[in-house]
Amino acid sequence: MLTRLTQELTAPFSRRRWLAAAAGLALGAAGFGPAMAADDTIKIGVLHSLSGTMAISETTLKDTILFLIDEQNKKGGVLGKKLEAVVVDPASNWPLFAEKARELITKNKVAVVFGCWTSVSRKSVLPVFKELNSILFYPVQYEGEESERNVFYTGAAPNQQAIPAVDYLMKEEKVKRWVLAGTDYVYPRTTNKILEAYLKSKGVAQDDIMINYTPFGHSDWQTIVADIKKFGSAGKKTAVVSTINGDANVPFYKELGNQGIKAKDIPVVAFSVGEEELAGIDTKPLVGHLAAWNYFESIKTPANEKFIKDWQAYTKNPKRVTNDPMEAHVIGFNMWVKAVEKVKSTDADKVIDALPGTEAPNLTGGVSKMLPNHHITKPVFIGEIKGDGQFSVVYKTKDLVPGDAWSKELEGSKDLIGDWVGKKCGNFNVKTNKCLGSGT
Amino acid sequence: MLAIVLAIVRSLLLSIALIVAAVPAFAASFEESVAKFANDDFSDTDDAVGEIAVSGNPLAYPIISALQDERLMFDAETKKVYVKQADGKIIDAATGAAVDKLPDNAAAVSLNNRLRRSVDAALGGLTLLSPDVITRLSAAKSVFKSHDEATLPTVDSALAKETNRSVKQALTEARAAILLFKSDASEVDKLEAVATIRARSDQEALALLTEISGGDQPASVAKAAAGAIAAIQSSLAIWSGVQNAWYGLSLGSVLLLAAIGLAITFGVMGVINMAHGEMVMLGAYTTFVVQEVIRTRYPALFDYSLLIAAPLAFLVAGAIGVLIERTIIRFLYGRPLETLLATWGLSLILQQAVRSAFGPTNREVGNPSWMSGAFELGQITITYNRLWILCFTMAVFAILLAMLRYTALGLEMRAVTQNRRMAASMGIATSRVDALTFGLGSGIAGIAGVALSQIDNVSPNLGQSYIIDSFMVVVFGGVGNLWGTLVGAFTLGIANKFLEPVAGAVLGKIAILVLIILFIQKRPRGLFALKGRAVEA
Repeated sequence: MLTRLTQELTAPFSRRRWLAAAAGLALGAAGFGPAMAADDTIKIGVLHSLSGTMAISETTLKDTILFLIDEQNKKGGVLGKKLEAVVVDPASNWPLFAEKARELITKNKVAVVFGCWTSVSRKSVLPVFKELNSILFYPVQYEGEESERNVFYTGAAPNQQAIPAVDYLMKEEKVKRWVLAGTDYVYPRTTNKILEAYLKSKGVAQDDIMINYTPFGHSDWQTIVADIKKFGSAGKKTAVVSTINGDANVPFYKELGNQGIKAKDIPVVAFSVGEEELAGIDTKPLVGHLAAWNYFESIKTPANEKFIKDWQAYTKNPKRVTNDPMEAHVIGFNMWVKAVEKVKSTDADKVIDALPGTEAPNLTGGVSKMLPNHHITKPVFIGEIKGDGQFSVVYKTKDLVPGDAWSKELEGSKDLIGDWVGKKCGNFNVKTNKCLGSGT
Repeated sequence: MLAIVLAIVRSLLLSIALIVAAVPAFAASFEESVAKFANDDFSDTDDAVGEIAVSGNPLAYPIISALQDERLMFDAETKKVYVKQADGKIIDAATGAAVDKLPDNAAAVSLNNRLRRSVDAALGGLTLLSPDVITRLSAAKSVFKSHDEATLPTVDSALAKETNRSVKQALTEARAAILLFKSDASEVDKLEAVATIRARSDQEALALLTEISGGDQPASVAKAAAGAIAAIQSSLAIWSGVQNAWYGLSLGSVLLLAAIGLAITFGVMGVINMAHGEMVMLGAYTTFVVQEVIRTRYPALFDYSLLIAAPLAFLVAGAIGVLIERTIIRFLYGRPLETLLATWGLSLILQQAVRSAFGPTNREVGNPSWMSGAFELGQITITYNRLWILCFTMAVFAILLAMLRYTALGLEMRAVTQNRRMAASMGIATSRVDALTFGLGSGIAGIAGVALSQIDNVSPNLGQSYIIDSFMVVVFGGVGNLWGTLVGAFTLGIANKFLEPVAGAVLGKIAILVLIILFIQKRPRGLFALKGRAVEA
């Protein structure tokens, strides 16, 4: 009975698979000519979720890499070879990230992988990249406390986003009381730990800090917004530092707007809310709330304007927005291309050694540099939300800020540095002059 | 030649300025102040706002209110500043002269939060004597917030003239706030001010009193303030209980709305429908499509978009429900495990289909004007969207109950679920009733989607976040009983909201789950168990 059922089910399926494979072959032949072999292209792995909860953010990054590969191929590729993207879908499933990474490296023989969004997905693929000695470019702001030989962090470390934002609020808005609100997982928890230590070092009392965590996808914010209001009525200027991630932001901001918490009374500065996230809400009640990033779409530089134009032309969508992790991929991709061209090889060891010191222009007018700790230098911008869902920049750091792999605010990590050039170590203790070994 | 023309123009402008400016002596410095806007620098703008607010120039109000609405434009090259009036006309900010058209490179003077506060304070001082009652009221309120000493004479003269009771009250409070912070105010004045503020007994009053009690105050004032703080805090504590109860009701109504369709497909029919959440999502996307059409074709109808979307969402989700029942579920009756797996797979298919059709990102569903904002009831804030969702849920519940009770279809549904074979032998087409029942449950889930689109993300994952809660409510309330679902939803909502402030959102949710598990151990059939032969069958 069961066998008959499986036969019935698989028969039409396999026929269709054959057809698809045949069509694929025909297309391939038409596209590249019969003599085409895998050696004539350099393969680039794209490891971003295209389904599941994280698809909302990661799909855009997959498109970004495809766009960059397309642009690079128009310029003639790299080392005289065309680049070819291998896209896999880890479906927002953390263990699947590791499996797909292994598939990309061993089966598809990719030279480099661009991917991951959440820290837990990065942690899940780490052992794979170490074991198979490949390269991962990670484009999202994260909690720091890590420096791995096989990973290049092009997103912001806490000292390139959270700390400057808090400094701005202290100086410009004279904030004395702080709500640290976040989603309950590793990035907000570590960031808030760093911020709490930093605030206390600046003389903020324990009573003036309120820490609040909510589950992923939290949608009923009434109590928390009321609590924030209450916390804010102690006669001291109050601000909310939000590490709320993903979908939960929309109902949070809607509730803020509806309960009438204006930015001029209690400003909210967010580290995970960008142009993409705001596309889902009416931003008029949110005007003046802040976000800290290393890139904003509204920044007017020739490089950025060209990037936005090309991107919208590539996606055939004149309304398509750009955001910070996209810029991180642009920088990372260009650094990888430069390093490969420098050593004239895609061999992982050679490229890893060539990357520190490599420079690539960012889209906001500066030149970012890969540091020995595998983080990059970035400018920090604070933007206020405008009525049209974009940000107007109200503050910018004078110089590019180098990313710290290990936070200087935390007791356990303030003596650590990552240095893959001189010390060949991800967690070198400068006090004891010893490498703690194995990166994290 | 050109020079002559320019000279004439300049003298003309000057004469206009002289006519417009009430106090000519201020004219020069007023122009200088206005020119500061053209630097588009936050601290220059702040200075300019402060200077213009006290200039006494009649242009002060139009300029600052234009700045507030980002209608104040500047030209960086010529250093000229223009006011774009609400009716679209443009005037030169320094002189008030009409200008034909803005220069091409004119941009709005930018604001940040600090500036927005200064602008509010300046406008408050400028509009205290406005003929319009509402403007005066909001002016008094912003003076209360900024409690700027410089406005005290204006507040006093406004207070002397004021006839409207609520404005008078607001002005008295504003005056009290100013006096509290005025270092040279007399002790009697300050004590009176503390009493006035204490009478407000809200969070803003608490904030003010806490702020001054930290400063240097006479002993009697500090004592009065401490007493007032304690009194306000204890009254706020009572209100926060009321507020938790309201939040609980509101959360309960959302849970009920999400679960009510499941109460039919799972509760009444016994189908473990994991794709229930996706029906909610389809309803939300129907709302999105309706709003898109309205936005592009009939913008005037926007406030009615939800009323139009509700029946459409019912039809879309209901039709898909009937289709699912006919093609999948009817082959799986009596096999709960297979149903669970099939509907789970179905939910993934529906999610991915929506993701492919509408994209993975959130879609914007706007709130109609009658669902935005909030009002104050005593010391609690009630948001309109939550209030309307509560009303809407109760209406849906009542209609559903009436339908099951008083219509022929409702009678047939109850007959089939109570005893299928008996109903069939009485001549009821049971398979048709099955399809319609499932369609009804799905359709109601679709309607829930319309309401939930107002408070949550419209994304392909919308349904997933409600499916667990929905099952929880139905199982807790008692399978097969709509009243049980109602009581279950509100109990869970209120319990959750009273736990949340104590335990935090994460622990609160876990605590609720543990409580439900314990409860189910004690009463496996939920709050309201169905009795009789139907249960054993």
